[in-house]
Amino acid sequence: MKKLLFMAGACFMMASVFAQSEKFTGAMKKNLAALDTAFQNPASLLSVANNFERIATAEKTQWLPYYYAALLQVNYGFGLQDKSQVDAVADKANELISKADSLAPNNSEISCVKSMIASCHMMVDPMQRWQQYGAASNEAMEAAMVQDPTNPRPYLLKGQGLKYTPEQFGGGCATAKVELKTALDKYATFKPAGELYPDWGKDIAQGLFDGCK
Amino acid sequence: MKYITTSAFLFSFCLCQAQVKISGTVTDKKNKPLAGVSIQLKDSYDGATSDSIGNYSFTTDEKGEKEIEASSSGYLPVSQKITIAGAPISLNLLLKEQITELKAVVISAGTFEASDKAKGAVLNSIDVVTTPSANGDITSAFKTLPGTQQVGESEGLFVRGGSATESKIYIDGTLVSNFFYSSTPGVASRGRFNPFLFKGTVFSTGGYSALYGQALSSALVLESIDLPERSEADLGISVLGLGGGIQKLSKDKRSSWGVSFNYTNLWLGFKVFKQKQDYFQVPVVSQGDANFRIRTKTGGMVKYYGYISHNKTAFRTNDIDSVVLKDAFSISNLNMYHNLSWKDRIGGGWRINTGASFSTNKDDIGNELQDANNNKILISTPEFYAFKNFDLVNKGVYAQGRVVLEKKFLGLNAFRFGADYFYSNEKSSYTLYDGTKYEEQVKDNLLAAFAETDIYLTNNLAAKLGGRLEHSDLMKRWNIAPRASLAYKTGDKSQASFAYGIFYQNPERKLLPGAAGLDYSKASHYILQYINQTKDYTFRTEMFYKKYDRLYKTGFNSNGREVATNANGLGYAKGVELFWRDKKTIKNVDYWISYSYLDTKRDYLNYPGEIQPPFAASHTASFVFKRFVLPWKMGFNFSYNFATGRPYYRIAYNETQQRYLVADQGKTINYNSMGFSFNYLPSLGKQNAKVFSVFVIGVNNVLGQNLVYSYNYNHDGSRKEAVTPPSKRFVFIGCFLSFGTDRSQEAINNNL
Repeated sequence: MKKLLFMAGACFMMASVFAQSEKFTGAMKKNLAALDTAFQNPASLLSVANNFERIATAEKTQWLPYYYAALLQVNYGFGLQDKSQVDAVADKANELISKADSLAPNNSEISCVKSMIASCHMMVDPMQRWQQYGAASNEAMEAAMVQDPTNPRPYLLKGQGLKYTPEQFGGGCATAKVELKTALDKYATFKPAGELYPDWGKDIAQGLFDGCK
Repeated sequence: MKYITTSAFLFSFCLCQAQVKISGTVTDKKNKPLAGVSIQLKDSYDGATSDSIGNYSFTTDEKGEKEIEASSSGYLPVSQKITIAGAPISLNLLLKEQITELKAVVISAGTFEASDKAKGAVLNSIDVVTTPSANGDITSAFKTLPGTQQVGESEGLFVRGGSATESKIYIDGTLVSNFFYSSTPGVASRGRFNPFLFKGTVFSTGGYSALYGQALSSALVLESIDLPERSEADLGISVLGLGGGIQKLSKDKRSSWGVSFNYTNLWLGFKVFKQKQDYFQVPVVSQGDANFRIRTKTGGMVKYYGYISHNKTAFRTNDIDSVVLKDAFSISNLNMYHNLSWKDRIGGGWRINTGASFSTNKDDIGNELQDANNNKILISTPEFYAFKNFDLVNKGVYAQGRVVLEKKFLGLNAFRFGADYFYSNEKSSYTLYDGTKYEEQVKDNLLAAFAETDIYLTNNLAAKLGGRLEHSDLMKRWNIAPRASLAYKTGDKSQASFAYGIFYQNPERKLLPGAAGLDYSKASHYILQYINQTKDYTFRTEMFYKKYDRLYKTGFNSNGREVATNANGLGYAKGVELFWRDKKTIKNVDYWISYSYLDTKRDYLNYPGEIQPPFAASHTASFVFKRFVLPWKMGFNFSYNFATGRPYYRIAYNETQQRYLVADQGKTINYNSMGFSFNYLPSLGKQNAKVFSVFVIGVNNVLGQNLVYSYNYNHDGSRKEAVTPPSKRFVFIGCFLSFGTDRSQEAINNNL
């Protein structure tokens, strides 16, 4: 009887885990489908970010929903017109990415978001903040390149940053194009580790590259 | 097994059929709809984000007792229990604003903050050094803000009708006794410290915190930097001398150390720009410093900064009492300063902020009367000539220990208390022309205890209440000083604040040792402030009233020196100040304008009654303009300072009336001075450059306007002489190199 109970229990647990992961995958997929449109449509960024955050807080042990929630929050921060709100949004993104970081340390994708968060803080007052946040952003971006040399996204970030940096500071299209080209080459061969794993940015890189003619 | 499958099927069937809609509106306390609020059914994926009119709606398969959570940045998260049965649920949610630093009112009456991070900062650390009239001197930058005087004949900050001795300067909480190089007659000395040692500065023109004391008018609180961003080395060459240093950051970025050395020699500068004085020893300064900084495991910092400097200068000026004679003045100074501080979390939500400082100072001052051939002469009739030959040695030893404990609770509310002990021992030895020696010693133990609390009632209303208890051995009595300030947010960008406080101070060193039984001088401050500020502009206005009691009156002691004899003096200061800074209206241009109106009179020292003191002008204004032209890699900075004439007096003892009278008086011409600086950064933006170079040119008083600070009278008052700057203008040219990292921004700022 004992044995039977145990088996029934195990069965039930397996079923529940299976159901859970199915539910998780389904919810993730649904929101990932909204990811590309969210990038185009800033109004929905926050709502999709919140969707991911809900999945993350319910699951607690998955780094991906935290990662996406942070990624969308920081993009929402970039788009804010009222610069006085940006720091709070970037802090929120940082809170989320820190949780992802503790679940999946030394992750190249997570380093990319860290770099974006630092850039977001810097945007509030570039003249004053570039020394602190510019350095932090570069550091995270370089870490991302080392952590996964096949990841195109740190090169996308680098190219994007350079494109919007004045030529006098070593930016501009000429230098940006080199990095964007590297990013596009890497996008051509990059294989995400699974269907829920980060695979965004190719269109953005292409757009930036084409805009640099 | 079959049973299980069936029931599971049934269960899931039930779920599909029983999707429940939950919807409602999210508002704040004032019933304003809130957008972007995340609503979540706890431990499920279900939820929504409120739309632009605060509405939300979602469906869920969950059943039974659940919890709804709502959160949004800037608001306190709320949760509410609900029971999901079959019927749709309508749930309106109310979110309370979180009291956060970002939104909360800032208790700011009487203070200017220079910081890169603090909200409400009026200047940032770079401004402190890019203001042309400041010449890289910390306190001079504050002279472009309202409340301060354009006093050029002596160092220090003259704030709101107060003398320079009423302003005290603190580094990491501890008092700095010899912040400026030792005084020379008629020339303002610079501060000893490099502006880039500090990350934040709070300049209070009144009503300052109970954590500080012994300053009737103003406190300048400097906070030293934590760890540097990275390792580096730098080198500077200029018309003033050369200097270099290294900063080494450890691999784990938890500690750093650094040393630097600077040698300043004004020989070249004085060769090109003729000085009014005849220097027989041009100013030479040798200065070395060292530091280490360690980040503790709990995120705290241990910091040490040590400094040693030697300087000497000597010059002749024409003696005011005769046509051919000269006064030859010389000074040699050795100064040492050490500061060790530790701030950290100590558990239970408490923070500790403690520090100790130790410093010594020695001045060797000499003055002699010389004839036309620069030979020493002694004239004993009339006798006052003889007193022009003297030697003076001043030695001071100072030590301070301080501890502050702070606990924050419920957001920004805080309680802090602490104690402070300051030891000073100053000896002077005065040798007269005939070899008579007068030795004096002034020793003091100053003990203080203080407590302060910050109370945030809402984001819109806050108060800071504090008190300070002090005992000085010299005064042999206690004093208690209450402090209070209140701030109210009047709009999104604007706020009004009020500050009140009582401040006590001992007599300044040169009036000691004074008569027995002297009480502390006392000042009461009342300050009303209004600020309207965004990232792009700041408008600030303040009205103040300051009442002085027990200012020190002077008389001659048995050595014939003027010392404090009683505390029967008094005075007042009142005024209105305006400040406007705009970074946006003109593209790439940042400018500020400040204006101060001051009405002040006081009776102290040997004044015959209440008069406007000679260090106070009625109207003062400053204009600072900065522009960086990126394509040229050049920056242009411009400043204009103006003040109406200051009064000057000849106060002489009237034998018939047996008291001091104003024998003569007048007003100086208005003060007008324009400064300009230019910098060029050729390596700006060069990727992977090994050396970053910066070229700087700075010009003081570009237009060569006539500056008269005051007048000196000869012995019998028959003749007066204008006190003017040592030279019409001064041009600074320098080149600064840094290795290892692009610190060009700092390098320019460092040396303007």
